[in-house]
Amino acid sequence: MESQTPNRWKRFDLWDERPLRLDRFAKEDPEHGFSAVRSPADPKPSLRIEGGSVTELDGVAAADFDLIDEFIARYHIDVSVAEEAMATDSLEFARRLVDINVPRADVIRLARGMTPAKLVDVLQYLNTAELIFAQTKLRARKEPGNQAHVTNAKDDPLQLAADAATAVALGFDEIETTMRVASNGWSNALACAVGASVGRGGVLFQCSIEEAEELAIGMAGFTSYAETVSVYGTEGSFIDGDDTPWSKAFLTTAYASRGIKARCTSGGGSELLMGYHDAKSILYLEARCLCLQRGMGIQGTQNGGIDGAPITYSVPGGGREIFAENVLAALLDLECASGNDTRASSSEIRVGAKIMPALVAGTDFICSGFGSILAYDNAFAASLFNGEEIEDYLSLQRDYVAEGGLTPLTEDTALDVRERAVEAVSAVLDELGLATPTERQKKSVIFAAGSAETETLSGSEVVDISARIRSRVTAVDVVRALHKRGFVHEAQNLLMMLRLRVSGDYLQTAAIVRDGRVMSAVNTPNDYAGPGTGHRIDEERWQAIAAMRGSVGRADMIGRRGPRPHAGHSPFALTSAGTAAPGADPTEVVIGISPAWGISIHETTAGHPLADVLEAIVRGVAEAGGTSRIVRIRHTADTSFLGLTAARLSGSGYGIGIQAKGTAVIHQKDRLPHMNVELFSTAPLTTIDHYRRLGANAAMLAAGKSPEPVLVEYTGEAIHAKHHVKTALLFALETAAIEPSELPQEMRWEGMR
Amino acid sequence: MSDIPYPISENAPDRLRSAKGRPFAELTLDNVLDGSVDHGDFSITEDALRYQAEVARRACRGTLADSFERAAEMVKVPNAILMETYELLRPGRAESADLLFERARLLREEFGAERMALFIEEAANAYIRRSLFRRRY
Repeated sequence: MESQTPNRWKRFDLWDERPLRLDRFAKEDPEHGFSAVRSPADPKPSLRIEGGSVTELDGVAAADFDLIDEFIARYHIDVSVAEEAMATDSLEFARRLVDINVPRADVIRLARGMTPAKLVDVLQYLNTAELIFAQTKLRARKEPGNQAHVTNAKDDPLQLAADAATAVALGFDEIETTMRVASNGWSNALACAVGASVGRGGVLFQCSIEEAEELAIGMAGFTSYAETVSVYGTEGSFIDGDDTPWSKAFLTTAYASRGIKARCTSGGGSELLMGYHDAKSILYLEARCLCLQRGMGIQGTQNGGIDGAPITYSVPGGGREIFAENVLAALLDLECASGNDTRASSSEIRVGAKIMPALVAGTDFICSGFGSILAYDNAFAASLFNGEEIEDYLSLQRDYVAEGGLTPLTEDTALDVRERAVEAVSAVLDELGLATPTERQKKSVIFAAGSAETETLSGSEVVDISARIRSRVTAVDVVRALHKRGFVHEAQNLLMMLRLRVSGDYLQTAAIVRDGRVMSAVNTPNDYAGPGTGHRIDEERWQAIAAMRGSVGRADMIGRRGPRPHAGHSPFALTSAGTAAPGADPTEVVIGISPAWGISIHETTAGHPLADVLEAIVRGVAEAGGTSRIVRIRHTADTSFLGLTAARLSGSGYGIGIQAKGTAVIHQKDRLPHMNVELFSTAPLTTIDHYRRLGANAAMLAAGKSPEPVLVEYTGEAIHAKHHVKTALLFALETAAIEPSELPQEMRWEGMR
Repeated sequence: MSDIPYPISENAPDRLRSAKGRPFAELTLDNVLDGSVDHGDFSITEDALRYQAEVARRACRGTLADSFERAAEMVKVPNAILMETYELLRPGRAESADLLFERARLLREEFGAERMALFIEEAANAYIRRSLFRRRY
């Protein structure tokens, strides 16, 4: 006997085994920082301005300001609008955020004068649907984009180049790399820069590493943006994070002075993880971070949980809070790379749900790091979506007609860009005297799904390559090497990024580069103002999004020239013998086949040849002592009416109706049309033996017995998602064959051998 | 204020020069290949940052514009001084505010970085008020 837990509904045992149960659900506990959007310790909004200076902010007097208060007071609060902003009713302002008649610029203007507590007070009024709508309107750039993580467990430059090129082909606008071994930063940077130059070019690229090294790699021309400028909502976390608002603002300026685009990193839950949450709610602390960022003069942020996403998602209301952070960033006129870069749950349902607000609303970057590589290759730790799940994401774009920034990849394109990138980076390494990858190494990387499958440069070779790049190679050397080895297009793409740096054009808010053109919130601002406005997916883009790999059409299912003719190998012949008359034999079972049976459809959705199906039913009837008669019904293709028509022609009053796609029914002549005796509704799961037993049951019913109904075993799979495309195409042939005025035809069923 | 169009690289490339003074239009692949344009050309200039500050200010992004203007002052500051200054601004690195005031003076006098100097002096005063001049390691 099985062991049992007493007094427990066994469904709980089953629920305990679900991946969901690997997640932890935290109780709401504001005192200890576990509060999404409201804590008793959150201050009431307040602002006092005297002589043009802020003397009180959210209940704190200037003399008691911590570093964050002081910075927000000095740099974020726009005193020219603050009085009007703070006097605006929060509920009324919240409604403006979702009012298509209030322009984005109007709400952005007032937000510049709002304190963190005031902004939280506004956002508390919006439910998730309203937040999605607000984000649609408030996003900085007109067209959404996406960012990829490109890393691998070996810091292999060949694979980095191949995966960077693959990410570009998928449509990512930014690529971010980091290393397993810090000293490999330069090798990673060169490899990704070369890979990103394959294909359309113009992708912004970042190498996440210690600040001084990141700046040096940027100055060497390999990278074009940085997003490691982390800020926190409490002074304790900030100082523990080894920075202050002034040091981070200085760093932002330093990046700009080198022509490098920068964004801050914040995100709920970080203060909680760092142990300095001050008992404030997660959203209030993030509001402080975002006001600080606007004050610093950085163009954008990556927020929405980020590393804190799993803990924030564990709190009641965490999912809404995370998306509210993104909306707040947009309201403060910051570019928003909306997180979704950490595996926030073990439940695929919670993962898929988490992406939806950002995907449906559209943010400047839906993910601030979509794992374009396999999860184990992600040196940042697994992202919300990873290389394994790219096609799941593509299907969400397609299902909801949502611009998620990615485009389906054909098998040919994938191999083409991977080969090109591996050849290009190998040529550069060779030309610069850094390494000479072998054909075997190159080939293993081109085809590999992830680094576990590659035979490539050794770890010590990569360390050595990186050190030598650091000592003497710049992006200009790479441009020359690419050109010399015949990679002219790639040389031009890399040079394009260097030229754009001289202009500073991609320093502006929400800038990306597409087709050689900078698109930012300045020249392509979000102009959403209700239905029919803002970014819309045009026909060309829609065709690209819709083209999921493996999409099937009528031609794929039933042949390019319409239904296939019968192959001619059937052991039986089925010929018409005039109008069918009612039978008198009390053992008779009439088998009513559908209009297209054996004419334009020759097998069921399960793939059984129709001759085999019919033979099995006939055999089953005979085994149970019955006789069978076959009629073709012409006036209907509906299973119930096929069955009832057959039953009414049957001498026993029992008949079988069967569609060519395999759906079958036992009917009795006196029943209501939809009150059948037995039904096989899941044709794709029905076997030949099921059909035999169906025939036998019909014969037993005819003989007045009560047979056990035949059960087609079903294990709960998404059978319709798998089969309905084919079913619909087949059934269209069936309905096309209907002749409403034709009577049932007697059919002669003869063995051919 | 001029009325620089944006994107500048597209609409007013003649207003741009490389870090070594070459006209933007000369930053071509041919010139890179023959060595007449090299790595030193591909840095952003003070002028470009001031133009971008104008663009940002026109787009009602005053704080971003201020940041670009501070950045324009930092173009000439060598990497080493830049990173050293960043280090000094981190909590507990400077033992006293004097080091920050000294750094502000250096940036003001050596590099003409008046705005950044004021910014650092302001940081020093905030750090004094919040007792940040204490050893962390």
